[in-house]
Amino acid sequence: MLHIVNKSPYDRPALNSVLATAEGGTILLIEDGVFAAVKGGAEEAKVKAAMAKFKFYALQSDLEARGMADRVIDGVTVTDYAGFVDLVAEHKTCQSWL
Amino acid sequence: MKFSILVNEGPYTHEASDTAYQFAKAVLAKGHEIFRIFFYHDGVNNATRLTTPPQDDRNIVSRWSKLAQENNLDLVVCVAAAQRRGIVDEGEMKRNGKDATNLAPGFRISGLGQLIEAGIQSDRLVVFGD
Repeated sequence: MLHIVNKSPYDRPALNSVLATAEGGTILLIEDGVFAAVKGGAEEAKVKAAMAKFKFYALQSDLEARGMADRVIDGVTVTDYAGFVDLVAEHKTCQSWL
Repeated sequence: MKFSILVNEGPYTHEASDTAYQFAKAVLAKGHEIFRIFFYHDGVNNATRLTTPPQDDRNIVSRWSKLAQENNLDLVVCVAAAQRRGIVDEGEMKRNGKDATNLAPGFRISGLGQLIEAGIQSDRLVVFGD
């Protein structure tokens, strides 16, 4: 399953909910969700540990809008809207954790 | 592949309307089909033609209308959510005794069944909201 997370882990529990309840899959960070992908953040260790079960992607334009494009955690794949569409198409189901 | 999109948040609130719009454009650019875009909850505020943002800002409503016109998209606004928030077309104006309409071009007001149908008919339903 593709898990779409659009809220910062420093603001809402959306990402924590995915990590706590999903068996694995792919997590796409969009909008304020991209703050989870920032290197040196308090959530970095948690994201890195979760990479054992999940593949992480982050939306490039949302990283750029927040000045974070050059501070992405190693192992998080940066993608554009075309890649967003591909991720949705590649996964049979997608869940937006609003 | 056939996509549908659900927008649950109003324009100029967080980012959902913008993300949904950019996603819709990317879906079409990839050669996929969009079966329907459904506007629910505060998302119905994407459909008022009276929106007047500053000239140097994007006009989220007219942007939807243009995308719909150019790609023959079905933009559906939930009727109950629209009534609560004062989104009115000709039929709703008459039915509810109002003196004006404000539904933007390219949108139509219908029921929640349209969302269920979109879920059934589409390969993917992607949700954007707060």
